[in-house]
Amino acid sequence: MAVTALYDYQYPAADTQDKFHGNQLLYVGWDDHFMFAAPLAFVLPPSSKFSELVENTLTFAFGRHPEWAKIDFSKVVWLKSGQPFVPEMDKTLAEQGLRHKDVLRLQTPGLNGNGTYF
Amino acid sequence: MDMKASKKKLGLKEKYAHMTRGLDWETTYQPKEKVFPQATFEGIKVHDWDKWEDPFRLTMDSYWKYQAEKERKLYAVLDAFAQNNGHLGITDARYLSAIKLFLTGISPLEYVAHRGFAAAGRNFPGVGPRVACLMQSIDEVRHAQTQIHALSNYNKFYEGFHAGATHQIERLWYLSVPKSFFDDAFSAGPFEWMIAIGFSFEYVLTNLLFVPFMSGAAYNGDMATVTFGFSAQSDEARHMTLGLECIKFMLEQDPDNLPIVQKWIDKWAWRGIRVLSLVSTMLDYMLPKRVMSWKEAWEIYFEQNGGALFNDLAKYGIKVPDCIAQCTVDKEHQSHQLWLTLCTHSHAMGLHTWLPNAEEMDWLSAKYPNTFDKYYRPRFDQLRELADKGERFYANTLPMLCQVCQIPMLFTEPDDPTKICYRESDYQGEKYHTCSDGCKHIFDDEPEKYIQAWLPVHQVYMGNCWPEGTDPTAEGFNPLAKYLEWCHIDIGKDGGDYEGSSDQANFAAWRGAATQNT
Repeated sequence: MAVTALYDYQYPAADTQDKFHGNQLLYVGWDDHFMFAAPLAFVLPPSSKFSELVENTLTFAFGRHPEWAKIDFSKVVWLKSGQPFVPEMDKTLAEQGLRHKDVLRLQTPGLNGNGTYF
Repeated sequence: MDMKASKKKLGLKEKYAHMTRGLDWETTYQPKEKVFPQATFEGIKVHDWDKWEDPFRLTMDSYWKYQAEKERKLYAVLDAFAQNNGHLGITDARYLSAIKLFLTGISPLEYVAHRGFAAAGRNFPGVGPRVACLMQSIDEVRHAQTQIHALSNYNKFYEGFHAGATHQIERLWYLSVPKSFFDDAFSAGPFEWMIAIGFSFEYVLTNLLFVPFMSGAAYNGDMATVTFGFSAQSDEARHMTLGLECIKFMLEQDPDNLPIVQKWIDKWAWRGIRVLSLVSTMLDYMLPKRVMSWKEAWEIYFEQNGGALFNDLAKYGIKVPDCIAQCTVDKEHQSHQLWLTLCTHSHAMGLHTWLPNAEEMDWLSAKYPNTFDKYYRPRFDQLRELADKGERFYANTLPMLCQVCQIPMLFTEPDDPTKICYRESDYQGEKYHTCSDGCKHIFDDEPEKYIQAWLPVHQVYMGNCWPEGTDPTAEGFNPLAKYLEWCHIDIGKDGGDYEGSSDQANFAAWRGAATQNT
């Protein structure tokens, strides 16, 4: 539904990809780990490999949690916009269709802060 | 020689008629709709502006007289407070975090309210609401000013007070929450503004803001803030009446107004409740001497008092907003989820946080028997364990924000408090993320508006939030430090944990000097 306005109300979106100097936004949340109160926002080149995302970016962000080092990435479940997503580690974000402002959820069955969701 | 009075003084009713209704005029060289273009585009139909009743019947001359008297009393107390080192009478300098949040998050809104009511007064064709909006506009600028004056005494002694009302409201990530709320209302038409601010904020939700703030001040020995509260109280009573009168007026003027008004009530109840979730942390965590829990405040001031109000409005066909079911779930969780978030982000804030101590956690367990021990105590325990090892945890990456309320996406699913609530919408090929069904619904209804949101996290990533002349390619460039500098935050002093802060050390030393000989 359109906004009710006095005139033709058209303004550009504030956060389109062209404003990020060649990068894109990607959000990643780690389910069941509220040490990180909310999903995190990252800004990355679309040419980043998924393996770099996991090994560098996410490890920097989530690595303080003692369970991060215990994750077996062959057994995790990824969701993209709530739907199952199987990433290919050696492909780039762009190559596997991860677009600007996509959201990923990482689920690590068996790891939930020993039931505390911390 | 005796002077004969030609006529006795005007009665109140006559005076009101002359000094408000008598000030109206008819346009002559322009059609009325061109002079008041904002009065019609929202779709609200008004047939007779004279049906507007102002229950206070306050005229401008009496208004000035009352307000001047209140100012004299307020500033006399503020002077006494300053001269007697009133700041040493508070329970604990932790209390000041609540006051810093108020000064940085709420006082600037008083100023925007001043502008908004001035605009509404200009845009309404009826003289009754025009005069009432004019007075409220002046009240609001007085509140901004007196709040800043009341709290400026603390600025002489404590960190974090120096830039809140000026630079930080436009820049700091958590202050974009209240700022965007008022921007949203101000950029709507005058009738929506009245529902947003006059009715939802000033009537339905006002006690949830002022009770924690004012009772919190009284319980914690803050005479300056209590005095400000008394000085604003009669204004607030008038504002509540204006909000209620406005909604009744709209509903009585034309039956077609009902669905529009209902839509605005639904929207602004949710927007207001999201903003006030910040206040829930004041009641449950920031006040060293507690007044009541957020849940109790919610039950008294929203469920009971608000329930009575909506019963009263039912005769017009108004229904309780849909979001209430969600709120009934949230009241058990939101203060804890928010305080955990603030505790892990206060290195990037203008106020201190702290992990609740054992006695405080027992109080929280007693107030939240269904949720605190089950979900939140273990998280505080683990944060405490890290802090005790000297590894106090702060997030090193910026959080994802809700496109509408702009709060980090920290809220959980209505039916599962262990899962973050993710909602998303597609609009013109872009993705937009929201924290709840309430915010998603608001986005989907007016996406053109919310796609323009100034989201601090995205703005930082675009490189828009550093001091002029910053070179982000320079060696050793620290984006967080530069962002905080741009926000006028004194790193290491204004934020972080209260334990070990200069506020803590100074308060202990000064109070010690006031009560002991050595």
